[in-house]
Amino acid sequence: MTRANRLTAWLLLAPALTIVGGVVGYPFLRTLYLSFFDAHLLGGIRGWTGPANYVQAFTSRDFLAAIGHTLYFAVGSVGIEVVLGVLVALFLNRSFYGRRVLRALLILPLALPTIVNGIMWRWIYNPEYGALNAFLTQTGVLREYRSWLGQPDVAMNMIIVADVWKNFPLVTLLVLAALQTVPTDLHDAARVDGANAWQRFWTITLPGIRPALLVALVLRSVEALKVFDIIYVMTRGGPASSTKTMSYLVYEQAFSFLQIGEAAAYAFVTVAIIMVFVAVYIRLVRSQGVAG
Amino acid sequence: MRHPYRLLIVVLALLGVCAAQEEVTLNALFMQQAAYSNDDIRNMTAEFEEQHPGVTVNLEFVSYEALHNKIVTAAAAGRGGYDIVLFDVIWPAEFAEYGILVDLTERISQETVDAVVPGAWTTVMSEGRYYGMPWILDTEYLFYNRAMLAEAGYDAPPATWSELLEQARTLKENGTVAYPIVWSWAQAEAMVCDYTTLLSAYDGAFFEDGEAAFQVDGGLRALQFMTSSLEEGLSNPASTESLEEDVRRIFSSGEAAFALNWTYMYNLANDPAESQVAGQVGVAPAPGIEGVSELSAMNGSMGLGVTTNSEHPDLSFAYVEYLTSRPVQERYARLSLPIWEASYDEPAVVEGQEDLVNAAKQALGAMYPRPLMVQYPEFSTILQSNVHSALLGRATPAEALQETALQVRQRDLR
Repeated sequence: MTRANRLTAWLLLAPALTIVGGVVGYPFLRTLYLSFFDAHLLGGIRGWTGPANYVQAFTSRDFLAAIGHTLYFAVGSVGIEVVLGVLVALFLNRSFYGRRVLRALLILPLALPTIVNGIMWRWIYNPEYGALNAFLTQTGVLREYRSWLGQPDVAMNMIIVADVWKNFPLVTLLVLAALQTVPTDLHDAARVDGANAWQRFWTITLPGIRPALLVALVLRSVEALKVFDIIYVMTRGGPASSTKTMSYLVYEQAFSFLQIGEAAAYAFVTVAIIMVFVAVYIRLVRSQGVAG
Repeated sequence: MRHPYRLLIVVLALLGVCAAQEEVTLNALFMQQAAYSNDDIRNMTAEFEEQHPGVTVNLEFVSYEALHNKIVTAAAAGRGGYDIVLFDVIWPAEFAEYGILVDLTERISQETVDAVVPGAWTTVMSEGRYYGMPWILDTEYLFYNRAMLAEAGYDAPPATWSELLEQARTLKENGTVAYPIVWSWAQAEAMVCDYTTLLSAYDGAFFEDGEAAFQVDGGLRALQFMTSSLEEGLSNPASTESLEEDVRRIFSSGEAAFALNWTYMYNLANDPAESQVAGQVGVAPAPGIEGVSELSAMNGSMGLGVTTNSEHPDLSFAYVEYLTSRPVQERYARLSLPIWEASYDEPAVVEGQEDLVNAAKQALGAMYPRPLMVQYPEFSTILQSNVHSALLGRATPAEALQETALQVRQRDLR
């Protein structure tokens, strides 16, 4: 590349770099900066505290509990989304009457805003007039109405169900696209060799959809680890704080308690945990790239 | 020229007139639950705009749970936010500390101060200064289903909390209603309001000499009352995930004989379009404790203030004055009662809601405050989390409140 070409390249990149720097770079650095100060949303920056905000994060029982809640939510929801997403994709990959309609219906939950999804499920779970209790009592599964979002051991699972309903179609769509590329003659050959369905899935289908699956896994994990909106709408962190996630505590520290220094530290711990997950996934993608 | 400034004054006056006729837009923040309806507020605002040509007031309604955070983030963002905000009784200390609201002390006349129900002013005060006008004068009342009580042979609502439990037991045994009492015990401020009502009944205190005092005596007995009523099956288990609107729906569908809620529920629960128990709804002050208190009440009032970010503080104050004025409050007295003492004898206000006005006359004078502290939101969050643990059986009331006191000490909240 000549000098002039290089200059043109940078000039053309400049607008994009400015925007990215402004909306990602600056807030990122500013948050990092704030995390080392006793900073107040309205009272201003009161002084350097060193790593005190991070120490506070790792000694706060609430934040440690929130890390646990977040990991539980992420592993639960992403795990179910991946399994369910693949199963539905395999099903929709077969040819049968009405397949097009079913595929189109898959887009529906994805297109729904999370807030609307949260409100919808809150109504379904309502202990007094929710559809879930009505369904379970009328079919004889339950004898009397029970509380779904009011019990600490149950509430997070119910949020996971709501999240899975909305997000498993993303996995399905990505995997479905990948499935189209898996050659059918491989399956035919395996069948002739006497391989059963499980063996065929494991040795032929899975390697074919692995790249798509990893993309889905990364996207969903990052989203799940920073979950906030569905929690805010459905339980606001209750019952007994059992659904407070890391992002929820960041929000609470920053906008309810106005302690933006601590909130920034909480946010960076959240980012660090997400980075660990992403690093593992990237290694997986790379190792797979070498194998492929 | 004998008066060299005369011309200047005339010019300035003309400019002033011109400025007054300029188009001005005010932004106002309200909540959409548990008091005046959105329609009420829209109508009041339309009247104000009619009287002030060229002025438009943009209204924004958010849930109560989002109100505090909306106000503080708008304040942090600087100019161009809200001119007028609705704020809760628990925030003036914080808002005064950080200069979010304009100090209106000089603008409020002594005449106004004297004409308002005495307890109402604590709603907008911090360290002796007024940061707004009280607007929604409210406490939690006891609502009861007259038909259910009559069926069990009770012709009057309970005067004490133990009497209430006794009546509830009878109703449950008779099979009149599965869970006689419903509360707003979701992990939210509404639960703290119910707890405060009971704490006031038991003559407890949140803090004494700057130290936590809710973990003993009245504060402890209040929480014990709450947990034992759940254990006995007298309180609806759905309470632990209910806010005020859920309480209203459960009570209005005839699934509760007793409920604790704000003023607004009275006329809505008696409205056939909104309720299956219309006409059967009675209201009384929340009960007391035998030998301790006659009745219980907590200050759940809210005020209207002008933000320091506002570029039109005079006009904003005019809007606040209009909304809180006696004629306006008396015309819209169905979902929220006026702040003006004389209104409570005004036939237009009293007619058709005599029971409510009677209950208000007794309860408004006895409103117990939640702690007045700069870091109230943090205190309340800690309290909510622990009280909710006790309600769900994860801790005993004593453990939960001691844990609250410990965390309050660790965070140095007072």
